Amino acid sequence: MLVYEKNNLMEEIQQLGKKHGINRNALIPILQDIQAKYHGISDFAQQEIGRMLSIHPVEVYSVVSFYSFLNSNIEGRNVVRLCKTVSCDLAGKCDIVKAIERELGIKFGETTKDKRISLEYTNCLGMCDQGPAMIVNERVYGKLTPEAAVTIINEIK
Amino acid sequence: MDLGIEKSARKGLVLFTQYEAGSAIKKAIAGGREDVLFELRESRLKGRGGAGFPTSTKWMITAAATAEKKYIVCNADEGEPGTFKDRVLLMEYPEAVFDGMVIAGYTIGAQYGIVYLRGEYEYMFAMLKEYLEGMRAKNLLGQNILGKEGFNFDIEIRLGSGAYVCGEETALIESLEGQRGEPRNRPPYPVNTGYMGFPTVVNNVETLAAVPHILLKTGEWFRKHGTDKSTGSKLFSVSGDCERPGVYELPWGISVRELLDVVGARDTKAVQVGGASGVCIPKSQFMRKLSYEDAGTGGSVMVFNETRSMLNVMHNFMDFFVEESCGQCTPCRIGNERLLEGVHKLISGDFTFAYIRNLKELGATMQVASKCGLGQSSPNAFLSILENFSDEIYQSNGSGVTHA
Ligand SMILES: Cc1cc2nc3c(=O)[nH]c(=O)nc-3n(C[C@H](O)[C@H](O)[C@H](O)COP(=O)(O)O)c2cc1C
Ligand code: SF4
Ligand code: FES
Repeated sequence: MLVYEKNNLMEEIQQLGKKHGINRNALIPILQDIQAKYHGISDFAQQEIGRMLSIHPVEVYSVVSFYSFLNSNIEGRNVVRLCKTVSCDLAGKCDIVKAIERELGIKFGETTKDKRISLEYTNCLGMCDQGPAMIVNERVYGKLTPEAAVTIINEIK
Repeated sequence: MDLGIEKSARKGLVLFTQYEAGSAIKKAIAGGREDVLFELRESRLKGRGGAGFPTSTKWMITAAATAEKKYIVCNADEGEPGTFKDRVLLMEYPEAVFDGMVIAGYTIGAQYGIVYLRGEYEYMFAMLKEYLEGMRAKNLLGQNILGKEGFNFDIEIRLGSGAYVCGEETALIESLEGQRGEPRNRPPYPVNTGYMGFPTVVNNVETLAAVPHILLKTGEWFRKHGTDKSTGSKLFSVSGDCERPGVYELPWGISVRELLDVVGARDTKAVQVGGASGVCIPKSQFMRKLSYEDAGTGGSVMVFNETRSMLNVMHNFMDFFVEESCGQCTPCRIGNERLLEGVHKLISGDFTFAYIRNLKELGATMQVASKCGLGQSSPNAFLSILENFSDEIYQSNGSGVTHA
């Protein structure tokens, strides 16, 4: 990481401290904001957040590693989360998987080389009446067909 | 986004009816706390989040506590597979949910309300925030609400980050406090020692949404719906093999068979009631009633037709629990992995009946020895499928079909 990048990030973390508060309760909202912007929470960011909130970096890491929407490695700019739970499975999630994997040339659990998209499975999204369902970043899509899913994927910038 | 049935098309007994924002708050303030608690007690409303604890008792304990601060938390984590009723309530009936929170705040003496919205529902965040802003403008939130001197209450929304266990109320509180979402030992219960150590009521979205209706139409009216021990109506989230999946408001006590008719299910082999942590009911038990007395449920109903492999269903549920166990206690962390291993062996046909007997015993142990509801209920689907679909399960002998 370059020095000026580090400085920018430190500045940003301070701003988030002002927004959410300098206390333990603010930890997850701060991590969520960093995750949303940088698609992951780097070791350096974890250290800085820990320092600001007076918590050991290991504790910050233990929180990051607990939640499936927080990551310590940097993911793609967009995350596609396809539901793999029972109702979506019945509704034909396997066909969606095949179509998306074929289109992008990567498997679920991987990120495209250009960092454009990470593919992940997730558990029930609360869209079971409209499966198969997926979320792209925070937008939700239901009643997917292989064709519709691929169209959505290809429109992601 | 296509939300299926339009709001105007929804019909129901209690929740899916007209409600004018603010009207129940007005009535609560005019009548006083005791009246609210009285109507709630009369209604015999039980928590809709799964555990079914009487709501009036929870509120009374917290109301009676003396503390500098108190909190009301709306549990909108809705992670149970097959459940999506809270999504519908929040999107289409926010007035009932948030007015329920304000009334709770008034009754127990809380100044703050927190909505714990699952990360998967982030797409609602902006809309809900805007709705709260509107409530502030109408003085349904803020200082001296509706002119009631000294009644100050506000609501904040916090997002989850993708962890099923955070729906468990003590894990939820841990998460709000910036910790890993690991359930606490109980007691103490949140009603005494909750968020930041202060008395806290945690209620499900649907529980809170019922409160304004009960207040306006009385507890006695509410009690007329449903059965003796399961009063009122219930939102059922129906998915799987049926013509009309979706959310239905029906009286408690309706049978599985009746529900299947309502949603247009044909050639049904099995129904999973209560989500991944619920039980799987075979055709021979379709006369069973959906109620706390019989087949209880937080609302999830998954329908499987004759073409479905029950081994596949079992496999999917066990995968779910292995992923979602917080790993804090051994029966759940290791137990679920062992059960999943068992499913793999059932699929490959590589098992002995002595081994299956061991797995059943392990399941029973997990039900009593796990620390929280997740581990206590995770063997339910496994055990009930083994019991009710044994012919199919043991027949597979290596030919079992299942996909990841
Ligand atoms: C693993 C687990 C997950 C849970 N998930 C939820 C949930 O998503 N929503 C909910 O309201 N209750 C959930 N509960 C139940 C809560 O612990 C708690 O009983 C409930 O929020 C209380 O509200 P109620 O009395 O209105 O039902 C869950 C419990 C367990 C053990
Ligand atoms: S039962 Fe499972 S989820 Fe609950 S505390 Fe134990 S390990 Fe965690
Ligand atoms: S099972 Fe896929 S959204 Fe619920």
